[in-house]
Amino acid sequence: MPVAVEIDNLVVRYGEKTAVDGLTLTVTGGTVTSVLGPNGAGKTTTVESCEGFRRPDSGQVRVLGLDPIADHDELMPRIGVMLQEGGAWSGVRALEMLRYVAGLHAHPLELPDLIERLDLGTCGRTPYRRLSGGQKQRLSLAMAIVGRPEIVFLDEPTTGLDPHGRREIWQLIRDLRDDGVTVVLTTHAMDEAEQLSDQVHVVSAGKLIASGTPDVLTEHGAKSLEDVYLALTAKPAKETR
Amino acid sequence: MSTTYAPQPGSAPWTRKVLSHARMEFRLLIRNGEQLLLALVIPLGLLLLLGGTGLGDRLPLGDGRAVDLAVPRVLALAVLSSSFTSLAIATGFERRYGVIKRLGASPLSRTGLLAGKIGSVLAIQVIQLAVLVGTGFALGWKPVGGASAVIGVVLMIVCGTAAFASLGLLMSGILRAEATLAAANLLYLLLLVGGGLMTPVDEYPAGMQSVVRLLPSAALANGLANSTIEGVIPWAAALSLALWSALLAYLVSRTFRWD
Repeated sequence: MPVAVEIDNLVVRYGEKTAVDGLTLTVTGGTVTSVLGPNGAGKTTTVESCEGFRRPDSGQVRVLGLDPIADHDELMPRIGVMLQEGGAWSGVRALEMLRYVAGLHAHPLELPDLIERLDLGTCGRTPYRRLSGGQKQRLSLAMAIVGRPEIVFLDEPTTGLDPHGRREIWQLIRDLRDDGVTVVLTTHAMDEAEQLSDQVHVVSAGKLIASGTPDVLTEHGAKSLEDVYLALTAKPAKETR
Repeated sequence: MSTTYAPQPGSAPWTRKVLSHARMEFRLLIRNGEQLLLALVIPLGLLLLLGGTGLGDRLPLGDGRAVDLAVPRVLALAVLSSSFTSLAIATGFERRYGVIKRLGASPLSRTGLLAGKIGSVLAIQVIQLAVLVGTGFALGWKPVGGASAVIGVVLMIVCGTAAFASLGLLMSGILRAEATLAAANLLYLLLLVGGGLMTPVDEYPAGMQSVVRLLPSAALANGLANSTIEGVIPWAAALSLALWSALLAYLVSRTFRWD
């Protein structure tokens, strides 16, 4: 399978703080790949480097063979991005926003099907600021995929959803992958990563500390991914007298 | 093989994206009471006060009939409110709400975003112009110069919009949303009183005149006044605004960011 994302020795600093510290990883096309890590590990900065929002201090990022900053206008129609929060005018109505984003693309998805699948019909005329957390998440996901992208970056896509909603989104992510869309997922939900991922990358302190399929990382189901993750990212024990 | 979500990426044509964005910003603006207050209610109220009550005869608007002096200066204020104050505040909060970031990860492109914003401002200005010019005529406004005056007014509105929209975008790009809100309103008031907007530069104290004359607000207001009171095309004011536009647009291009 082709490489969809190639990150080579990426370093991103915010002033004195190094958020990403020599990270190297690849994402294979047509897979669901999860990037896991504690808060502040550099996950969002890594993904935002792929989306063209962060300029690497050193190293290289290639998405679909393109530089996210130098080739911004060529790359953006080909990717979908779900932000962790926000991303819409406070007074815009839900479906008005979705139609607007769809209109920026050449071959958007059929909106009635998408609206039904993500259950956006009942809140279609509701201003964005009055949507529930779950409705905002579903609208944000709809905006990420409406342009028929080759790759979607989903930042904590099921935060704020009830269990039914989570399962629906999981199935949608599987359907995207089955239809040939590459999905890059950042999440704190280990069950989500274990259920959905073909490949998992664990990031800590800006570095890649483990990679593999969920099956390999969990030693063929002998451990849960959460246990593996907790062991990998455990803080060093404090010395006691 | 299912084709429901099969990738078929592509960008809509540039003009469609720009029109779509301009329509969206226009719709959101006319739903927003505060923005309408700035764009229409304040300039209209000022025009009625200055041109319809006799108050204009008591204020230093220059020599001539109050309504003839008030209309071009209120038009300048309207351009300032829509292209600068309104645009800066709206863009500041778009940044706060993640809209700019969202659009940065869409096919819109930077030029598309800026063109769409200018398109929305120009659409608002058509309404401002219709309301204020219509009210001016109802109050007895008698512009001179015919076609030259029309060309002069359009030239000033285009050049003034370019300069003040650039200033608004610059401000919203480097300040937080709340700071943009405060600074844009403050500058609006300062220029209204001290920027040669409502009062001709010659009415200012001698020590201030040379500074006020250089401000884009003075160039815009004096250019509009020269167009409709003397019937000339104000090339010098246009050049001043073009230079301001070039400088501010350069700074916008250096400071623009998608998040």
